[in-house]
Amino acid sequence: MTDSAIVLAEGESHFPPGIHSFDFADWFSGLTGTALAHMFTTITMAVWATVAILIVFFLWAYRKPQIVPTKKQWLAESAYGFIRNTVAIDLMGKKDGVRFAPYLATLFLFIVLMNFWAIVPGVQISPNAHIAFPAMLAVLSWIMYVWVGIKQHGLVKWLKITVVPPGAPAFVLPLLIPIEILQNIILRPVTLALRLFANMFAGHLILLVFILGGFEMLNSSNFFIQGLSVFSFAMGIAMTLFELIVILLQAYVFTLLTGMYIQGSLAEEH
Amino acid sequence: MILAAEEGGTGILFPIWQEMLIGAIAFGLLCFVLIKFVFPRMEKTFEARVDAIEGGIERAERAQEEANQTLEEYRRKLATAQEEAAAIRDEARATAEASKEEILVSAREEANRIIAAGHAQAEASRQQLIRELRSEVGHLAVDLAGKIIGQRLAGDADTTATVDRFLAEIVDETAETSGAR
Repeated sequence: MTDSAIVLAEGESHFPPGIHSFDFADWFSGLTGTALAHMFTTITMAVWATVAILIVFFLWAYRKPQIVPTKKQWLAESAYGFIRNTVAIDLMGKKDGVRFAPYLATLFLFIVLMNFWAIVPGVQISPNAHIAFPAMLAVLSWIMYVWVGIKQHGLVKWLKITVVPPGAPAFVLPLLIPIEILQNIILRPVTLALRLFANMFAGHLILLVFILGGFEMLNSSNFFIQGLSVFSFAMGIAMTLFELIVILLQAYVFTLLTGMYIQGSLAEEH
Repeated sequence: MILAAEEGGTGILFPIWQEMLIGAIAFGLLCFVLIKFVFPRMEKTFEARVDAIEGGIERAERAQEEANQTLEEYRRKLATAQEEAAAIRDEARATAEASKEEILVSAREEANRIIAAGHAQAEASRQQLIRELRSEVGHLAVDLAGKIIGQRLAGDADTTATVDRFLAEIVDETAETSGAR
């Protein structure tokens, strides 16, 4: 895994991009191979920066809240209000919506900013392109909707609601129950994590293909191919804009699905 | 590169636990700060805002109602005052009519009384005059008759001379009485 770092350090061509493009070297080479490996890399720094930016912005913008908001206060309220109103309250109603809106809003803001690193010049990789982070978030979402369901209905009733489809004839239940268990309890966190991870992974790969490809063509000895590199870079820019859409969409989808799972746990029937 | 090659590319699907740990700590910190210190204050602000708007509307409605009530009251008072004025006017008219009638009646009575008094006085004067005249004429007639009879008795004297004498006597008598006074 550290080979790619060495490759990068030696300045050799790393085209075509591959799985190795997602390996980032430890900042302190002494940590490599110890338990502290991977803890101080560009990826983890992006995570810390995400958290720092959000905390600083919100504490600063909401230092002195007023009835008639200032510009920065309005911005902070819109960021929260967007998820609060369009996801939490729309799905769960006013009472439960307000209860879960803070977590959902935090989740959304965290994912958006994490994803955003994918198109920040100089970083251009989202931590979410490493499955560890989407997996961690998906596990949290899973814990949350299971816990909410058990707390709301008790374990047995919640299992019955989640696993037994209402109105199904008894003789198909042996077939349906395993499918429902797989779908509602096991696959939900997996698909949540994979969807986000795969999108950010693919986005990074696409940007690498066009930008590294552009440099590769520029380094070519053929003058004609060098000229064509312009199109490769242009595609790199276009794909960056496309990435922006993916960034927002995937963060919204992750938040929306988490909200729907929680709502399902609160509801009497699924 | 070696690891990835070894795992045939599926290595990317296995999370690195150190990264999960870092992610959990960082996200936990973010959740703690935002959920504890920021979003509850936002909800409070939202509520305060709703309160402010609804309170404003309520206050406006109350003021409107109050204004309506005051207007209604003034209208009612105005109507009462108009009615009262009309009543007073009618009463005054009635009073005036009554006093006019009274004055007329008393004036007529007064006039009648004066006329009656005048009549009575005139009648009294006439009666008195008649009485006086009667007694005077009686005396005169008696005197005259006495004179005439006396003349005849004395010896057939001239009637004309008797009347003349009689008249002269009346003049003398009148002069005597006026001179005696």
